[in-house]
Amino acid sequence: MRILGAVLLIASASALAQEDKVVLKDAPGRDKAQQCIACHSLDYIPMNSRFLDKAGWTASVNKMINVFGAPIAKEDVEAIATYLAENYGKPVNPK
Amino acid sequence: VKARKPDLVRRHLLQGAGALGALAAGRALSAPVGGTASLGLAELPDGTLAEQTLYALPGKLPLIKKTFRPPNFETPVEYFRTPITPNKAFFVRYHLAGIPQPIKAADWSLSVDGDSAERPLKFTLEQLKKEFQPAQVTAVCQCSGNRRGLFEPHVAGVEWGAGAMGNALWRGVRLKDVLARAGIKSGALEVVMDGADGPAIPKTPDFVKSLPIDVAMTDDVLIAFEMNGQPLPHWNGFPARLIVPGWTGTYWVKHLSSVRVVSAPEKNFWMSTAYRLPRGLFQTPTFKSQLYSPNEPITTMVVNSLVVSLKNGQQIQRGKPIDVRGVAWDRGNGIAKVEVSTDTGSTWKPAKLGKEHGRYGFREFSLSEPARESGSRVIMARATSNSGETQAEHLVFNPAGYHHNVIQRIYVEIV
Repeated sequence: MRILGAVLLIASASALAQEDKVVLKDAPGRDKAQQCIACHSLDYIPMNSRFLDKAGWTASVNKMINVFGAPIAKEDVEAIATYLAENYGKPVNPK
Repeated sequence: VKARKPDLVRRHLLQGAGALGALAAGRALSAPVGGTASLGLAELPDGTLAEQTLYALPGKLPLIKKTFRPPNFETPVEYFRTPITPNKAFFVRYHLAGIPQPIKAADWSLSVDGDSAERPLKFTLEQLKKEFQPAQVTAVCQCSGNRRGLFEPHVAGVEWGAGAMGNALWRGVRLKDVLARAGIKSGALEVVMDGADGPAIPKTPDFVKSLPIDVAMTDDVLIAFEMNGQPLPHWNGFPARLIVPGWTGTYWVKHLSSVRVVSAPEKNFWMSTAYRLPRGLFQTPTFKSQLYSPNEPITTMVVNSLVVSLKNGQQIQRGKPIDVRGVAWDRGNGIAKVEVSTDTGSTWKPAKLGKEHGRYGFREFSLSEPARESGSRVIMARATSNSGETQAEHLVFNPAGYHHNVIQRIYVEIV
């Protein structure tokens, strides 16, 4: 049922204004990663941390584009995956 | 194993003591919301623990917020102390962010068609209620990925703890009666269900699921309007959702708006790619019309249990009882027994089973044993179904994180 989608989305988004409180870590690449909000709240990112490496985050971003049709330019994938791996990725030297 | 145990126990107990100290010191260091180590299970990812909070959706109690949009909210385990999960505490799961605003019952309709239906039909809610015999079933609705967050290694997705499930009395009409009204042609293979929710952007595949026709035609599959005697909460699919007892939650389509009887397998993303398992990994029924790739769709739940009366690291006074209580469930064969061990699995004793709320529902169990000697103990509970299936000793890993039914190992200290 897609016809109603756009209208309903606005209403449902405002119902959970709380999602604005989810803020991604301030680091290079954050602006590009913010594009994820087109389809989902940003808490999906910290929730999926910290266990994906760069390859894992790259696969996730590509899945969003290729499977879910995320409106993200292919040339942004590298910057987004780098940001996610550095800020929400598997620790390189786990204690 | 035994040689290592005291160390492990000490570490768990120290963690427990640390958490208590933190409670006194202030909330910054307090125990995380919805953590699973406290249940004697593997812990959620650290990022999940840091992010999740208690938050009340309109009309709901505070639940464990996994994500705001689409809303994914988990039931805190305290609500599983009773066999029926309250509507206001029932978990919420959506795949896509295009969620209908509370639908007016008068505006809703259900279409029934497809190339294997004799005639297309449309029903209002009133018509469905008036024209078909009422039916009800008590059944567990559990997300396929319940406990995904406990997978080791962690896998991407909604990092559920133990509360992406609930048990309710569902009331509505039988899907098979509605389908029979439309008439089913001989080549019917699957029934395809769609709900009023949809994607945020048009390119995202709409959430559409299918069932084998023989499953759709069983007596227990309902189009439900009521949950525990009340209209379905908006977040749980108002005004109508599909109830597929025994099968994982992914098939329980909410805000149901369309059912189609079809002669070819439904191959959208949510059937052909998502919700799949390596073929033959679990002893669950096979979805025969969906076997066109190396994996197969998830179908029914695996047998499982949850002890809710004890917390990992808990101290129990010597002479007082060790109370082991919880719920067990499976795909509808029914629970044959729940065994409890208070000695790390060396010996097992049968727990007392509570009243059966239908074969698809939660079955309560309890065992009480005096804590006679000081020292640390590991408490375990293991459910076995009437078909002889039992819980896993070790995780059966699969890439999407489904069917976690690993036995809890709860450390307690008798003092």
